[in-house]
Amino acid sequence: MAELTYREAVAAGIAQEMERDERVLFFGEDVAAAGGVFKATVGLLEKFGPRRVRDCPISEQAIVGAAMGAAMTGLRPIAEIMFSDFLAVCWDMVANEIAKARYMTNGQLQLPLVIRTANGAGSRFGAQHSQAVENWAMAVPGLKVVAPATPADVKGLIAAAVRDPDPVIVFEQKSLYATKGEVPDGEHVDELGKAKVLRQGKDCTIVALALMVHRALAAAEVLEKEHGISCTVVDVRSLVPLDTRTILSEVAKTGRLVTVEENPRLCGWGAEIASIVADECFWDLDGPVVRITTPHVPLPSADQLEDNTIPSVARIVREILEKID
Amino acid sequence: MKTTAKGKKAAADEIGRETRLELYRLQVELRYCEKRAHDLFLQNLVKGTSHLSLGQEAIAAAFGVAMRPDDWTFCTYRGHAHTLARGASMTGVLGELMGRSCGLLAGKGGSMHLTDVGRGVMGSYAIIGAHLPVAAGAALSAQYRGTEQVSVCFFGDGTTNIGAFHEALNFAKVWKLPVIFVCENNLYMEYTPIDQVTAVEHPAADRASAYSMESILVDGNDADEVYLTALKYIGRARKGGGPALIEAKTYRHSGHSRADPAKYRPEGELEKWLERDPLTLYRKRLLKLGVTEGTLTDIESQTMRKVEQATAEAKASPPPALDLIEKDVWADGGAAWRN
Repeated sequence: MAELTYREAVAAGIAQEMERDERVLFFGEDVAAAGGVFKATVGLLEKFGPRRVRDCPISEQAIVGAAMGAAMTGLRPIAEIMFSDFLAVCWDMVANEIAKARYMTNGQLQLPLVIRTANGAGSRFGAQHSQAVENWAMAVPGLKVVAPATPADVKGLIAAAVRDPDPVIVFEQKSLYATKGEVPDGEHVDELGKAKVLRQGKDCTIVALALMVHRALAAAEVLEKEHGISCTVVDVRSLVPLDTRTILSEVAKTGRLVTVEENPRLCGWGAEIASIVADECFWDLDGPVVRITTPHVPLPSADQLEDNTIPSVARIVREILEKID
Repeated sequence: MKTTAKGKKAAADEIGRETRLELYRLQVELRYCEKRAHDLFLQNLVKGTSHLSLGQEAIAAAFGVAMRPDDWTFCTYRGHAHTLARGASMTGVLGELMGRSCGLLAGKGGSMHLTDVGRGVMGSYAIIGAHLPVAAGAALSAQYRGTEQVSVCFFGDGTTNIGAFHEALNFAKVWKLPVIFVCENNLYMEYTPIDQVTAVEHPAADRASAYSMESILVDGNDADEVYLTALKYIGRARKGGGPALIEAKTYRHSGHSRADPAKYRPEGELEKWLERDPLTLYRKRLLKLGVTEGTLTDIESQTMRKVEQATAEAKASPPPALDLIEKDVWADGGAAWRN
């Protein structure tokens, strides 16, 4: 095991796959010579050269469209969209072209491609560079969607995404790039569609994603130590495919479900999970489902405003105390 | 530099009789099949919408003949002709328009999404401009793998005003990609004359210089001229010479889609262009070059038989099986989003 930062693990994941498979190309804005605006792709240009690691113009449609064209003709491209908010600029490519191509053509076109993008709040960048938009992607049939919370997961899920025969969007969490964690030595490949139970409790199951996983874990500590409430924490990791089996089984054990979501309230991923739980394990529930989300607002910029918009540890603790007890 | 029609005519003799007959046959096939699609629409056998390219056949036919079998075609929703021109099954095309199981996409795509990967038809894209970056990406793949394949991307004049057009041209030029962008300027973007909404006279050719490309303007109703232009720039791209943007001037005999009677056209315009119908022009040329009337009528009657047969086969084909609804979202053939 080596300790890597989340950003180092991103580069390690890409490098692992590029070493293994000549068909893997990587391109995006400022990703090569500059090593990425978040320094998550440092060293890749030096290692693999300008044929395989390419700087692009500010042309999101061309970047994602080129990935599509390359994927359908035998390559396995990784395209970077610098900030996930910018997916809106190329949403036609993502939601209309890439997501639908295989289905519309009765399986003729295959698109093994990866779109990596930096998602979420915490950097005081304001509404156009901070939103958590994983629920946009989740709503589109034909896209697989993952959002890793740890260095090991980001490396392993990038590798799994590259090897997957379908288009996968990897939402990397901006505010996690500097965090450190153990990453297995040697080849590390994870699996799409698998949630992880990070902590087992008796009273309540908290289901969280990306940055919110860390806050849910911290909240669970506080609830246990200060209030005697014992929580299970599930890291969803993969929104599509969704590991409903793990979620349903963990909710059934505690009888309570709390989702902690950074995305804005309406149609956040937790709503789908709440609906599945209501459908399929209603009689195991001891009380209403609780959704803790960012309010339904675009994101503000200033420290205090941003910190009080996305779910904090204190807010998770407070809401669980109010609604679960 | 502007390539003009006149410069090309003299060179047309290098084409040869067999190629010319194939160019004629293909134009006839595209015309007859498109007319049949229209008839089937009137009989309520073709559903949804359909965008006919009657009058524009010379371009699709010329590129179809000029391309290598492993080159790639990217079409728009007005793509029946470009798909057929690569050798796709006519039964498959008509069947798709009619929503039958024999359709190229088994009824899952419809008129606007014709695709035949086995013939290099890498999709018909119904969002304006979307396929230009995709064609560039395929070209990147060819360049990277050293296969000398070329992407050819067809689109209309209206596409020149959307962002993806400009992004793709720049991208292709910067990376010197083997992709040929073919603008079929039929004078109308949907219902609106293109010159009313475009800052330049030639919507594609006049933009080429912005991407350090030659301004290439050809007579899109002259199959020989388009063919020679296609050969030249496809050949150049294949040898690593980078992309080209070709504007082929033509005219759409019918409206934008089946809902459009094209009443916005000034009186006499259609008639003027019908005199320059690419099939009529080409037929005359072949006769002048010594091809017999009998050879041409043979081609025409054989093609009509092919259309009749394809029509009968498509009509006889059952509707798609309902289990297709939840098939092929994913590469495993299914649609599961959860365990």
